[in-house]
Amino acid sequence: MPFRTRWRYVLSNVMMTATGMCAFLTISILFFILGFLVYNGISSIDWAFFTQLPKPPGENGGGMANGIIGSFAMVGIASLIGIPIGFFGGIYLAEYDGAWFAHIVRYTADLLNGIPSIVIGIIAWSLIVFRTKTFSAWAGGVALSLILIPVVMRGTEQFLRAVPTSLREGSLALGANKASTILKVVVPAARRGILTAIILGVARIAGETAPLLFTALNNQFWQGLSKPTASLPVMIYTHAIAPYDDWHRQAWAAGLVLLAIVLAANIAARLVVARSAS
Amino acid sequence: MNISKDSDTMSPSRTKFTSMPDSSPAANPSVASPPTMKMRTVDLKFFYGTFQALHDVGLEIKSNRITALIGPSGCGKSTFLRTLNRINETVRGARAEGEVLLDGENVMKLDVTSLRRRVGMVFQKSNPFPKSIFENIAYGPRVNGVSNKQELEGIVERSLQRAALWTEVKDKLQKPASALSGGQQQRLCIGRALAVDPEVLLLDEPCSALDPIATLKIEELLFSLKDQTTIVIVTHNMQQAARIADETGFFMLGRLVEFDKTEKIFKNPSKKETEDYVTGRFG
Repeated sequence: MPFRTRWRYVLSNVMMTATGMCAFLTISILFFILGFLVYNGISSIDWAFFTQLPKPPGENGGGMANGIIGSFAMVGIASLIGIPIGFFGGIYLAEYDGAWFAHIVRYTADLLNGIPSIVIGIIAWSLIVFRTKTFSAWAGGVALSLILIPVVMRGTEQFLRAVPTSLREGSLALGANKASTILKVVVPAARRGILTAIILGVARIAGETAPLLFTALNNQFWQGLSKPTASLPVMIYTHAIAPYDDWHRQAWAAGLVLLAIVLAANIAARLVVARSAS
Repeated sequence: MNISKDSDTMSPSRTKFTSMPDSSPAANPSVASPPTMKMRTVDLKFFYGTFQALHDVGLEIKSNRITALIGPSGCGKSTFLRTLNRINETVRGARAEGEVLLDGENVMKLDVTSLRRRVGMVFQKSNPFPKSIFENIAYGPRVNGVSNKQELEGIVERSLQRAALWTEVKDKLQKPASALSGGQQQRLCIGRALAVDPEVLLLDEPCSALDPIATLKIEELLFSLKDQTTIVIVTHNMQQAARIADETGFFMLGRLVEFDKTEKIFKNPSKKETEDYVTGRFG
């Protein structure tokens, strides 16, 4: 075999090995984290973890029912605010492009996306907590929605742009107006991607800790949405830095539950989209 | 084929189209006793930004005839077609000057959605919506206000029959349109355009992605639609123009070089450029 041909085979094999190893490394990190969480946390997951409030410091047992409810409540509030604004904003960016205003909105969304989440927390604190004179799930939800909006907006825009122009023209050529074309043809064609963007955004805010420290704070109890509210990420933080072994185990368990909820939501949403695909 | 049709030139089957006599003094005097005029352009210019894609195009489209537009790539024939239903307005920086008349009315003064309902369009690449076969056809009637289920079912069946697709799909109307073959998808798109009962049907190289058998089916279909609607077709395939068109326009570099009966364009063109093109000397 001539040297050049042999050299090509060697290069090809080296490249395939290198890229394959990088791909393997990536998925092994995920499985390592998952395994580590299961190893440390599974022993503390029992019925009480989901149904009971935390015990006073030093006492063993108890659970994180308030944190689970609090996380669901605040992610829910953030979704109700953030998904519609992000979705319709993304439609504006993709379908009404060319207006000077669209350039400003797109640039602003990117900047908002880049703001450290702790800064988002301070802003929500000064806008809501400082004025209402109390930490609350509402303030936490608003802070999370500020993180969710740009993620959903840019994701929606990106997937709408990927819809071929020929579909828009096909609809307009039948006498449909722009609104019908967007809502009945373009958005359905991009629904899979848009839903993926929404899932990614919601998964991200479900794990955010910093914006909640200033807004929802924490709570040993469940006192409703207008009082300080516990959440899984903040409880992981407080339990992990406490000097009690039982709390450390519960922090691992909380991490495992948080990851499981995000994964379950992710898989469920994908199944829904796959089933509705035509 | 084209010659034999000339005898009934003066008796279009739908009186609707004959009800508006062309009284405009600007009508081309060289066409002696014209059959009813469906669309006409006067000094049509078109610009993409600063690039001028069309120069002073004046062309007459007769009712219940097939008009073919031929010419080399980039000659402006598709741009011309896309100004007839104002779909080119959606391109940023695009601008038209001059007049496009539909039944004597300036299309710029018509409501754009009702214009596009009257002047339908089929595109180069079939573009079925990501919906079922039924919903693809029902989409046009729906956005134009038809919501009665029975009425929609009737329109869907009728449109698919007119598009010569009914027997192939009648048992799988709820299947996604993407499951159809390329030729079937293009006939579906023709059926979708027919579902809103357009007076004029514009086709932009509808067969360029199809095999010869699917192409033949579309050509037969267009021929059968002639007595119900007016057809304008852009094609790269000169044999296709010669086979189906009553009249043919030859475009080059954004200008309409020659426009005449198809027979004349292909057998005895008046312009040197036309002759060079149709005999395959360039393009």
